Amino acid sequence: MNPIIEIRGIQKTYASGFQALQPIDLSIERGEIFALLGPNGAGKTTLISIICGIVNASGGQITADGLDIQRDYRQARQRIGLVPQELAVNIFETVWNTVKFSRGLFGCAPDDDYLEQLLRQLSLWDKKDNPIMALSGGMKRRVLIAKALAHEPRILFLDEPTAGVDVELRRDMWAMIRRLREDGVTIILTTHYIEEAEDMADRIGVINKGQLMLVKEKHALMRDLGRKSLTVHLNAPLAQLPQALDPAEVELSADGTELTYQYNTARENTGVAPLLQQLAEAGIGYSDLSTKQSSLEEIFVSLVEEKA
Amino acid sequence: MNTYGVKAIYLFELARTWRTLMQSIASPVLSTSLYFIVFGSAIGSQIVSIDGISYGAFIIPGLVMLTILTESTSNASFGIYMPKFSGTIYEILSAPVSAFEIVAGYVGAAATKSIILGLIILLTARLFVDYSIAYPLLMLLFLVLTCVTFALLGFLIGLWANSFEQLQIIPMMVIAPLTFLGGTFYSISMLPEFWQKVTLLNPVVYLVSGFRWSFYGSADVHIGVSLAMITLFIAICSGLIAWVFHTGYKLKS
Repeated sequence: MNPIIEIRGIQKTYASGFQALQPIDLSIERGEIFALLGPNGAGKTTLISIICGIVNASGGQITADGLDIQRDYRQARQRIGLVPQELAVNIFETVWNTVKFSRGLFGCAPDDDYLEQLLRQLSLWDKKDNPIMALSGGMKRRVLIAKALAHEPRILFLDEPTAGVDVELRRDMWAMIRRLREDGVTIILTTHYIEEAEDMADRIGVINKGQLMLVKEKHALMRDLGRKSLTVHLNAPLAQLPQALDPAEVELSADGTELTYQYNTARENTGVAPLLQQLAEAGIGYSDLSTKQSSLEEIFVSLVEEKA
Repeated sequence: MNTYGVKAIYLFELARTWRTLMQSIASPVLSTSLYFIVFGSAIGSQIVSIDGISYGAFIIPGLVMLTILTESTSNASFGIYMPKFSGTIYEILSAPVSAFEIVAGYVGAAATKSIILGLIILLTARLFVDYSIAYPLLMLLFLVLTCVTFALLGFLIGLWANSFEQLQIIPMMVIAPLTFLGGTFYSISMLPEFWQKVTLLNPVVYLVSGFRWSFYGSADVHIGVSLAMITLFIAICSGLIAWVFHTGYKLKS
């Protein structure tokens, strides 16, 4: 099936001369959850804003569901919903009126049943007649999500959806995202909570300094770049690292009870077996072994730092 | 054509009027009533009639203009400035609405409000002064065209403004003085010949004069000239707005 979003050579240079995006090619598959990771100022929001029509690209082309976002902007935009990073809401409006407004603005006939169901899902129904200024920050965030979904988009952009959001809302939000995905909605999110990308996303793109550095299926990314560490819990503490072991590879903990060995799971020879053999030869006994997969965050940091 | 979208913007903007009813309707009506009391009844009773029209009746079209020019401008400018200021403009920009539809929603709502306001003022004036309208349809046409023109101008100001101060400055420093000097309270034929010529550079003269013509069948400037001028103003404002949307100036980077 053809991708739902096709980005070809999109770039952005602001009037100030600042190049926010270098030419980017990216395809988003139908129904996937795609996480865009990157430090502040990497160009995540600029990219999303270009796709949604808020910022003009300096070059390149984008299609959404096969529709050119410039030429067929009406149909393209009807398929897209955006939850912005900033809590930009009209504080004097009531919750109900603001979602009704959003639905109309995106060219949909009124459907109060759908909006009711939407507000109920977001636990906003009992607040529907409150003016938005009376809501907490987390509730305002829910209102933004409700607005973005009011016209039943097939593609949903979430720009830093969980920034400054409490645990409960975050859980609700992820439950909602899973539900949407089951309905076939494609979701593109930016986050700096990497564990969320790790939890939720199917694929991950890493962007830094306006450059899309890599796009990979999450598990493949973890596998390729993932480092594992093996910790050997020793029977008796060691005063120093045995000579047989390479200090560049193996580290002895300060109290001398643990040895830590870093290795890459992608390598054919992980070196785990030789290490254990060396320990046996040196007569070092151990009570337990544990391995730990490096997190996406560690992968991400090493990627960004490497190229910086 | 995204009619639901236009309707959404239009109704949203009118809802703002009802939310701020005192500020939107009551205060212009109150200030106009004060003008009638002071200039129409108190001072006006001491002034001879102009072209056979009592002074109190003479100033009615001008007073309506005075209010609707400033109100159309400030309503429309506020309407589009607020989303820019609060950040909610993102939704408008990302919505499947064309520039024309955005303008239709905002300017339509601001003009509607001013038209209602103008009619309320005319009704209020009836309490103070006895007057008749010679060409009611032409009066309505003129009212609508004027409200639309200045709502377009206000929309432009709202797009251009970077602060609330800038938002206020044109209605307060330009439009209000021009209206006062545009023959609201006097006929420009009362002026020395040199100042008559200078006054003709003031665009508001053509509006006040045209509007007054629809009431009394006579005015400073020929009605045809007034209609031509207002058409020109609409064309200029629409052209500028089209340019703003085309270039993205102040809206999109």
